[in-house]
Amino acid sequence: MNPGWIGSREQLRVDWRASVGLVGTVVKYLSGAFLVPLVVALYYGEDVPTFVVSLLFAIVVGVTLERVDPDPDLGAREGFLMVALTWLVVALVGMLPYLIAGVVGTESTLAQPENALFESMSGFTTTGATVMGDISLDRHSHALMLWRQLTQWLGGMGIIVLAVAILPELSVGGAQLMDAEAPGPGIQKLTPRIAKTARVLWMAYLGFTLLEMVLLYGLHLLGLAPNMGLYNAVSHALTTLPTGGFSPEARSIEAFSAAVQWVIIPFMIVAGTNFALFWHVVTDGPKQLFDDTEFQAFTGVIAVLTAVVAGQLFLGTGLQALPVAIAPFNGNLEASVRHAAFQVVSIVTTTGYASMDFNVWSAPTKYVLLFGMFIGGSAGSTAGAIKIVRWVVIIKSLRRELFTTVHPEAVSPVRLGGHPIDERTVRGIYAFTLLYLVFFFVGVVLVIADAWRVGHYLSAFEAMSAVAATLGNVGPGFGSVGPMNSYLDFPLTSKLFMVFLMWIGRLEILPVLVLLTPAYWRT
Amino acid sequence: MRVIITGAGQVGASIAASLAADHDVIVIDIDGERVEELTYSLDVLAIKGDGTSLSTLKEAGIETADLFIASTNNDETNVVACATATAVSDPFTIARVKQTNYLETWNQTGNTFGVDFMVCTDLLTAETIVRVIGLPSSQNVDIFAGGRILMAEFRVPSGSPVAGQTVKNADNFIELTFVGILRGDSVIIPTGDTVIEAGDDLVVIGSPESTHAFAGVLSPDHTEDQDIVIVGGSQTGVQTARLLEDRDRHPRLIENDHERARELAEELVGTTVMESDATDREFLDREHVGDADVVIATLGSDEKNLLASLLAERLGVDRTITVVETTEYTDLFEAVGVGAAINPRDATAEEIIRFTHGTENVALVEHGCAEVLEIEVSPGSILENRSISESMADLPTQVVVGAITRNGSVITPRGDTVIESGDHVVLFAETAAVETVAKMV
Repeated sequence: MNPGWIGSREQLRVDWRASVGLVGTVVKYLSGAFLVPLVVALYYGEDVPTFVVSLLFAIVVGVTLERVDPDPDLGAREGFLMVALTWLVVALVGMLPYLIAGVVGTESTLAQPENALFESMSGFTTTGATVMGDISLDRHSHALMLWRQLTQWLGGMGIIVLAVAILPELSVGGAQLMDAEAPGPGIQKLTPRIAKTARVLWMAYLGFTLLEMVLLYGLHLLGLAPNMGLYNAVSHALTTLPTGGFSPEARSIEAFSAAVQWVIIPFMIVAGTNFALFWHVVTDGPKQLFDDTEFQAFTGVIAVLTAVVAGQLFLGTGLQALPVAIAPFNGNLEASVRHAAFQVVSIVTTTGYASMDFNVWSAPTKYVLLFGMFIGGSAGSTAGAIKIVRWVVIIKSLRRELFTTVHPEAVSPVRLGGHPIDERTVRGIYAFTLLYLVFFFVGVVLVIADAWRVGHYLSAFEAMSAVAATLGNVGPGFGSVGPMNSYLDFPLTSKLFMVFLMWIGRLEILPVLVLLTPAYWRT
Repeated sequence: MRVIITGAGQVGASIAASLAADHDVIVIDIDGERVEELTYSLDVLAIKGDGTSLSTLKEAGIETADLFIASTNNDETNVVACATATAVSDPFTIARVKQTNYLETWNQTGNTFGVDFMVCTDLLTAETIVRVIGLPSSQNVDIFAGGRILMAEFRVPSGSPVAGQTVKNADNFIELTFVGILRGDSVIIPTGDTVIEAGDDLVVIGSPESTHAFAGVLSPDHTEDQDIVIVGGSQTGVQTARLLEDRDRHPRLIENDHERARELAEELVGTTVMESDATDREFLDREHVGDADVVIATLGSDEKNLLASLLAERLGVDRTITVVETTEYTDLFEAVGVGAAINPRDATAEEIIRFTHGTENVALVEHGCAEVLEIEVSPGSILENRSISESMADLPTQVVVGAITRNGSVITPRGDTVIESGDHVVLFAETAAVETVAKMV
């Protein structure tokens, strides 16, 4: 009987309880993921209590949140909140093992909550930036390191996509939820039912992961990769396909043979390709893949950048100074091409593996890689950053702008693979790309200011690479945040800011940013 | 023959008028006033009703009809009407459609929807336009014998080397016959000594190579048309653009409506669509439309088409081609300077005449002054096993044999050429003589 709608009191128009309730359901089911490291922990006889506690805690959190709204009715607005919250809560739950192991174990850096959260968010968002002080299986349990790899694998194809594939209650609003989470503009429904589409994507993802595992372990059995044991094969397969980049080896992929590096390159490319295309290849033949505009642009960019970097390395201009540890590859064609291809693919697909410490490369070569951090993989892949398809649309619409300057009456729609794109989508792509760049520049300023505040020396290049690498979910940057280094030295505030960047970067900014507008919460 | 026509709009009425003299024609229309009007203006039975309803069709006597023509301005209605007619009887059904997607579906089997023949007027018009573009100075081009023979109507330009010459001197192409000259309102069957004058409409029949070679002689300074501008985004304009795209041309299309322009731009990949009023001089100057080789007017109405064409001529365009819906206007348009006036109605009429005459193929010349017929010679025809000069003596004087194909190869007709059974003969005949000729051969 309270006529509140007449005006005096603003009412919330978002049923946040429904969103929170569903987040609880997702967390409850996702707690099952702790069983994997638990089994490993039992096998190696290390860290068992850590994962038992984490598992129980996750279930409690999930069930508690679920109680907030036992019968959630999810609308369009609740969807945004649910997706954004899911990624935040999952990262918070996922930091538990690090925290517990950090407090009771030998690793002290992870005992600080901000470090544990950074590592967890970096994992789920498939960034691959680390704050572990010392990456080694001597210092950390196999189970903990596997959890680190597994968070990336779970986050790669998307937690929401996984939830839609499994949870029947998400079938109705599922397409909208996946849209908010999926990389790139819009999702492609492959099948009439969204749950089936989600399952298809996850099966393709699982299939490629298993294939890489088998190939890597096969190399080991053939004697081509002495240190690529079963544990390493599983670990690296789990972080290649989500374009994650975590490795249990401190020296990343440099620790392995050339054969391993060559095998990982195509899998990174697969990970950076639209997974929907593989479905089309299965149903309509391989022509579908090679005729796809985005795939052509993706492989084209990789080929050009690889050629540039390989040329620089081969001619010797690509190196700053050669550390003794690295065999000289100046003039060695195979090594030049391999390192160039590996690094370019790793950065463009936002994986973040390193086949060598590219900090020793010369400035022009490193800038090529920095440029690559903004390109990103394909829409519908597991990659981060701006994405190839957006660049293709931007370049085409800029070309149109030049044409219509001369011919003002010309009507020329932007086409992608022959199909016209509506202007709303083009506008959305401009908005996203501009926002991305704004966040990048503001981020650089904030990170530099914060470092200056605590007296930590940070060059502009390092700051730029750190922000680009976290916002784009790439992982390693240059200098002090290089592939063999870590983000440990940043002050607490910067780390939390980067957690935020990774979070909005993974969800492609807009679904998070919309939550911050008053219009979202009111009518 | 009993013919039922449903839809008595401009097209339906004109078909009815042309068939009424020789056949029993029943016209169905939903508009009472229209029915009333037709009852008095034409010698046909006009019925008010819905051509898709069984009761109306039965009232029209569908059971005894030989030919059923659905020519309303709605594609779906036409298709359903044919299907309804086929459901209760077995007439030959002809449906007029505007959209090519139904034509595509129909082409899958040849009698989908119960339609025996589907005429897509816009597409046929566009095909004619594209053929006319491909042949300099031509005003109408039609193909026969599966593309091995062309019928072309040329307007002889003043200053052309052909003007002032006799037919004997001008026709030095082996596979080409000059079958008729249209001068003013009269049709002249040329002999060797006939002098060709500038401004004549010259009708030739022959192989595509010879026809193109002759077109080159007729207007020697003509270069290939590359810069083509289509004015008006009507369905015909779109089809023309699409056909030109298929021939690796990149036409420009001008459309005034914002929504339609966007729609067309999305549909036509190789065409530059511009959103503007085609009579805006400033726009035409800026886009150098005056430098275009060909301007095609496919706006919605004859008047607008005329205006656009004349404006283009004034700007210095080499050639203008205009779509003219009203048959009576075609001569007028060409007289005031429009390069070629194409009548979409001809296309439908040709198909219907083809059916009623039982001939292989028909083309109307000058929108009905004369006709070109393709006939397969059957045993017992008066042409069979006789030389052309012999059989010509039995035929009306206003008939010329233009070309013959035998087993796929073209034979140039001479007086002593003997026609065999199975030959395809392409004849030119004045309209008055057509009925007689069709019956005799």
